[in-house]
Amino acid sequence: MTDHKITITVNGEIERLRVGSNLTLLKMLREELALTGTKNGCSAGECGACTVMMNGEPVNSCMVLAVECDGAEIVTVEGLADKDALAPVQEAFTHPGAVQCGFCTPGFLISSKALLERNPDPSEEEIREALVGNLCRCTGYTKIVEAVQEAAKMS
Amino acid sequence: MQEAHPNLPEFQYIKPKTLAEASEFLAAHGDEARPLLGGTDIFVRLRDGIWKDRYLVDVKGLDGTSNIAFDPSVGLVIGAAVTMNQVATFSAVKEHYPALGEAANQVAGYQLRNRATVVGNICNASPAGDTIGACILLKGSLNVHGTEGTRQEPLETFFKGPGKSALKAGDVVTSLHLPIPQKGTVGKYLKLGRNKASDLSIIGLTVVGFPDADTSSGYRMKLALASVAPIPLVVDEVEQILSDEVITEESIAKAAQAAMDACTPIDDVRASARYRKAMVKNLSQKALTEIWEKLEGKSK
Ligand SMILES: Cc1cc2nc3c(=O)[nH]c(=O)nc-3n(C[C@H](O)[C@H](O)[C@H](O)COP(=O)(O)OP(=O)(O)OC[C@H]3O[C@@H](n4cnc5c(N)ncnc54)[C@H](O)[C@@H]3O)c2cc1C
Ligand code: FES
Ligand code: FES
Repeated sequence: MTDHKITITVNGEIERLRVGSNLTLLKMLREELALTGTKNGCSAGECGACTVMMNGEPVNSCMVLAVECDGAEIVTVEGLADKDALAPVQEAFTHPGAVQCGFCTPGFLISSKALLERNPDPSEEEIREALVGNLCRCTGYTKIVEAVQEAAKMS
Repeated sequence: MQEAHPNLPEFQYIKPKTLAEASEFLAAHGDEARPLLGGTDIFVRLRDGIWKDRYLVDVKGLDGTSNIAFDPSVGLVIGAAVTMNQVATFSAVKEHYPALGEAANQVAGYQLRNRATVVGNICNASPAGDTIGACILLKGSLNVHGTEGTRQEPLETFFKGPGKSALKAGDVVTSLHLPIPQKGTVGKYLKLGRNKASDLSIIGLTVVGFPDADTSSGYRMKLALASVAPIPLVVDEVEQILSDEVITEESIAKAAQAAMDACTPIDDVRASARYRKAMVKNLSQKALTEIWEKLEGKSK
């Protein structure tokens, strides 16, 4: 299969890679760049565990080809903190109960950060609406919604 | 239990530089190649082994595919690569084509809507496509680039069966055109699904209405249904009844009954045919009433 040369910025670092046509952004991040914070839940666009920022907007990285990211800017959960200082959403998710098994958390953090960037003061309904594409099997969502509300107050 | 399918099968990604190149490649590779926009339908079907394409031809970025623009003399032009979120948040869509904006906003979750496109939704020709009803009722047509040049495909006659459309090998849809709606047009999209994030509709119902001095009722109201027939279904009887008869609770009930009678749903994993029919009647009544109230200025 033909390889494609791509240049991509991931968490501020420029990466030059050769990727096959069928490599997803998700697999590239996890397997080529060892950024395993981004999770593979369903590989079908349904669970949101693989959510990353692409050019400033959240996308399901299992539904994007690596080759489509040539020239793109990607931010994963590893890129949220400023060195040791957690981003406000991360800080807020330490709120008891928002993280349980943690598998869904990276995706929720990215979706929540994206929401707060486009709407710094969302209502509960707007938070729930923005997180519809992120599934959590542990928390029942209440604690996650509270964490986003807390993050909104912090930032 | 079906296994997750983490790997996409092998295929070759092609990025043509011009529409001519894209059409030529697609025509030369017939069944083995297809145009790629957001990939949100394609990747699922490739992973499930339902489609076995050898080539995906990325048409994002080709001439005329990237922009959304409204011109009061031309109407709305939505480039093929314009995403659901871009459509739903575009101010002219909210103002003049609210049924389309509501439908686009009810597709999947926010991050999927950053990839999924309205044109992909139409080209996929699924009877469940959420945005299709609004595009048909608003008299949409596709601008298509094929091996023999460009042409327009009106959506009214575009859908031929589940997954089947008027598109031929070599065709690339470059944009969707929606003309200026009739003055005072209001619209509504109601979706019944099992959950919001990842589900196709059990039924989807689009209603569009506007004042019309040529009808006995003074209004024209149109209704389209998703997921209740092999193709997106426009129920002409609804328009007929609500044009000819004074609009009252009774005539709306009659129109809702006509919508129920017109649909031919199937039993599937999402719902039974009987349930779908019953819900078509209920939701038609609800949506038509709401549109009527809006037209009469009883609500906003
Ligand atoms: C988790 C999940 C949830 C979903 N939820 C919904 C939902 O709620 N409602 C809904 O309606 N859909 C839903 N879908 C289906 C899908 O997201 C939509 O149909 C979407 O609009 C498809 O757009 P796309 O750009 O991704 O199309 P693609 O997958 O890129 O293409 C779809 C089809 O159109 C053809 N095509 C694409 N571009 C062109 C072109 N320019 N010219 C000619 N043919 C072309 C392709 O070859 C393919 O056959 C969901 C999908 C997933 C994975
Ligand atoms: S792994 Fe991408 S949405 Fe589930
Ligand atoms: S914390 Fe376990 S899936 Fe969300």
